[in-house]
Amino acid sequence: MTDDLALMASYPLLRTAGIDGMLVSFGDKLSEPANRAALAFRAALESDPPEGVEEISSSLVSAYLRFDPLALSHAALESKLRGLMASRDWLQADLPHGRRLHRIPTVYGGTLAPQLAEAAAEAGMSAADAVTSLSTARVRVTALGFAPGQPYLGELPETWNIPRQQGLTPRVPKGALVLAIRQFVIFSVTAPTGWRHVGQTAAPLFRMGAERPFLLAPGDEVEFPQVSEEVFARMQNDPEGGASWEDLP
Amino acid sequence: MSRELIVHRAGPAVTVQDGGRPGWIAFGLSRGGAMDRLALAEGAALLGQGETAALEMGGVGGRFEAGCDLRIALTGGAMRASIDGAPVVWNAAHSLPKGAVLEIGPVQSGAYGYLSLGGGLEPEELLGARSAHLTAGLGRAVAAGDRLPVGADRGGPVARKLAVDDRFSGGALRVVESLQTRLFPEEQRRRLGETTFTRDSRANRMGVKLVPDGAPFGVDGGLSVVSEIITPGDIQMTGDGAPFVLMAECQTTGGYPRLATVIPADLPRVAQAPAGAELRFSFVSMDEALAAESAYRAALRDLPRRIEPLVRDPADVADLLSHKLVSGFSNGDYHDH
Repeated sequence: MTDDLALMASYPLLRTAGIDGMLVSFGDKLSEPANRAALAFRAALESDPPEGVEEISSSLVSAYLRFDPLALSHAALESKLRGLMASRDWLQADLPHGRRLHRIPTVYGGTLAPQLAEAAAEAGMSAADAVTSLSTARVRVTALGFAPGQPYLGELPETWNIPRQQGLTPRVPKGALVLAIRQFVIFSVTAPTGWRHVGQTAAPLFRMGAERPFLLAPGDEVEFPQVSEEVFARMQNDPEGGASWEDLP
Repeated sequence: MSRELIVHRAGPAVTVQDGGRPGWIAFGLSRGGAMDRLALAEGAALLGQGETAALEMGGVGGRFEAGCDLRIALTGGAMRASIDGAPVVWNAAHSLPKGAVLEIGPVQSGAYGYLSLGGGLEPEELLGARSAHLTAGLGRAVAAGDRLPVGADRGGPVARKLAVDDRFSGGALRVVESLQTRLFPEEQRRRLGETTFTRDSRANRMGVKLVPDGAPFGVDGGLSVVSEIITPGDIQMTGDGAPFVLMAECQTTGGYPRLATVIPADLPRVAQAPAGAELRFSFVSMDEALAAESAYRAALRDLPRRIEPLVRDPADVADLLSHKLVSGFSNGDYHDH
């Protein structure tokens, strides 16, 4: 059977990743406090990166460091990380500064997002109530992954704790806003998915040559206000796809 | 005159590759870069230059023409190669004069061959690197009709070779514990080192599938593991119990549990294992893994000192009398300009 050690792991948990990585995890499943802790811990590392660290990132519940293990010893880095881990209760930490709030206009339902009604039924509400709920929710970029620049966004209200569908939708278009288990994903490329296609966006998530090539960063917050298909059609000629952002305090 | 390599024909898996594009993990973009990083370093050493972008050729090469006088090096998995119809040696540097045609056929050992150029390939930089990352939609495969820009070559000798150890037929791989090693039963951790794996035909720049000769591997009960960082070399167990070793273009995070991680020094051996090759794993301690990394880097630094002149057997030289057999005391070729 699995190690008692793994099952009873206490968090934060420090583990090595390959020979040149260390990971500090704040939970064994996604939760708002664990994600906030990962973001705050990452920001603390970035403000004072140990010599020899080459890359710092965060994912759903963890902060990751890649380093040169011949320049910075495992023991020295582990000691520094354990000190930082113990320095405060990271689950109570504030979100870091430097985040943005994005507004990405979205068409809900209709031919552009054909599974809105199905998702609403799963959540036990009318299509109109579903649009109101989704278009006013503010969600956080918990992680980017699967495809470059592709965000996982959460958490939606508990009523949206709906499962993935049984079968796969063979193809949702780029910009599709899909939903499952209290999370959104925006597809950055055309892809198959088991998540339900409830909205359609036009904002490019990746723009080559831009100062910030990826629109969204971990920790950013996003709203998806509703627009009509007519407005959406016009937004497609906009290089920003109708999206706007402001700095969060 | 523009310096370029003209592509008349290219295999389906020919791309420009370099050391990759580190620094974008947080945005979901893995590092990418050459599958066999050692082959890039060998090409650079043969040409007497620092590491540049080179052509990575998976399985089969292509037909190329020098748009100007070029120096080339051929490294990695050996492919049948000729210049204007005359066979040329692999793991060696050659001159490719303007108009000469370089034909590179199917791989004869290993999986990926590399064509490096004096001055390096210089397609447009994307996010700080020239390598294509097709999984991420960065760049594209090289195709017939391309004219690939080549950087300025400060010159140097050709007709040089490098003896390389066999990493082209599978063999032993050293692994360290991964994030999730301890989620696996002790029996499976032990069995990893006792099992012979065969490299499946399913392999690409994202990962290499291996088939165990015994029982499958996996974590009981469909354990759902929160998505965590993926490191190249991670041995990921998918649903059918056969592992994938994740490679240059792996995803940045994933939810499938990983039993162990192949150390960087042994990743070229994974990359170059051809379909059907046998691979074995053995756990090493972190101290042993770091000693191996130190030795690997020392070997990379030592490559330039291991370059030897390429001496042709006079019996093989059909046009012996047309060659200038004796030249000046120093013709300058061996100076580092």
